[in-house]
Amino acid sequence: MTFRARARVLDTEDIARIVKRISHEILERNKGSKDLALIGVHTRGVFLAQRLADTIDSIEGNHVDMGSLDVSLYRDDVSMRPAPKVEVTRIDFDLAGKTVVLVDDVLYTGRTTRAAMDAMMDFGRPESVQLAVLVDRGHRELPIRADYVGKNVPTSGNEKVKVSLKEVDGVDMVEIGEEEQ
Amino acid sequence: MSAQVAGVEESEVRVQEAGYKHLLAIADLEGDDIIRLLDSTRSFAEVSTRSIKKVPALRGRTIVNMFMEPSTRTRMSFELAAKRLSADVINFSPTTSSVSKGESLKDTAKTIVAMGVDAVVIRHKSAGAPKKLTEWLDCSIVNAGDGMHEHPTQALLDLYTMRERMGRLEGLKVAIVGDIDHSRVARSNMLALNKVGASVLLVAPRSLLPEGIEKMGAETTGSLDEALRWCDVLYLLRIQMERVNESRFPSLREYTLEYGLTEQRWESLEKKPLVMHPGPMNRGVEIASSVADEVESVITGQVAAGVAARMAVLYDVLGGSRE
Repeated sequence: MTFRARARVLDTEDIARIVKRISHEILERNKGSKDLALIGVHTRGVFLAQRLADTIDSIEGNHVDMGSLDVSLYRDDVSMRPAPKVEVTRIDFDLAGKTVVLVDDVLYTGRTTRAAMDAMMDFGRPESVQLAVLVDRGHRELPIRADYVGKNVPTSGNEKVKVSLKEVDGVDMVEIGEEEQ
Repeated sequence: MSAQVAGVEESEVRVQEAGYKHLLAIADLEGDDIIRLLDSTRSFAEVSTRSIKKVPALRGRTIVNMFMEPSTRTRMSFELAAKRLSADVINFSPTTSSVSKGESLKDTAKTIVAMGVDAVVIRHKSAGAPKKLTEWLDCSIVNAGDGMHEHPTQALLDLYTMRERMGRLEGLKVAIVGDIDHSRVARSNMLALNKVGASVLLVAPRSLLPEGIEKMGAETTGSLDEALRWCDVLYLLRIQMERVNESRFPSLREYTLEYGLTEQRWESLEKKPLVMHPGPMNRGVEIASSVADEVESVITGQVAAGVAARMAVLYDVLGGSRE
């Protein structure tokens, strides 16, 4: 299957502005970065979380805890054969008393977020959990909403949203299109 | 190598596998498959370091441990692996079962699977028993050691340990020492190491090397000292005491002198290799007690890696949905 892009909905500058804006929103909502932690969902959520953490560090001048989470062992909608590759989960700080911002690239059915919350709770009990996403494409199947949204992109069910980030794809952009056989 | 299971005829028609995935032998895998399993072993190793050592990946799946040969560590390792993935586990051993009433492997296995299990982990004295099960049963089969054939999960945990300790597998020089001919561990390791680009040197008296082994691409030597000068990793096999009285086997004293990692040999080495052993060690036979103490952390590390490697394997055969 190959992806055929129909439109580019975010480019490099857009994404840079979104990271800056969401960093400020997180700080505004939580009145600073005390007891704040960012946890990225593999794969691209981890890089977005890292960018948010770096931005928050430079605004506040102190260090924010950052972790990464692989949710494939917690999913309820795995329909891939073979089983998906499992990445390493790394949360090397105590979650107790923390306000955790989960970071993902695309919010769609909400099932990844549900799995991410379950996975995280096995590591400890954060004070509260918020959700930041680069793109919200709608079609929720669970009662989940994002606290911070880069861009709302209305889509139909058979469309695909493709997020590319420099760290893995060599370029920053978000495209919308179709999968072709 | 694929000797038949006692009392069972080779069936004419192979039953179509209905999309079930198995792990029967390293020989069936490509180098890329092995690397992929080692990568996911690393992720699963992390699960065992959590305070809650459990993930819901195989919730609702049932796994049967069918160990028809005595085994403590492999069985416990598979059981822990399954439990850490939230699968339900049934342990089956021949002494407490109808096997002692003379039930055949086929009937026993069919009975178990009729209860609705998703995977059978089997250890059996006959080479080829796991493969036979894939023909009889509608579920995934994992080989936990079959006769003198293979022990694929042992090879995976060993390669994982080598890669973690040495930082690479490609170009790694591994000497395997001991009763190569009777060892499924040696066979699986040798095959796996070849597939990922490591070089293997087999060290044993001529009488304990399988015939035609050179044709399989393995180098051999009769000199442990030569191997020690060459290798990055020294893999000592356990001497199976029940074989010692066979005519092909040298006396124990002779064996230790020629092929044992004695204190004197160890101390004389300038560059010490990584020493590995599948356990349990015969101290004073293949390895001196003092040397065993010194290298123990690697060997207990192998045991810990065993749980992670088996989690990776069980998740690989059972994870994801069945189409």
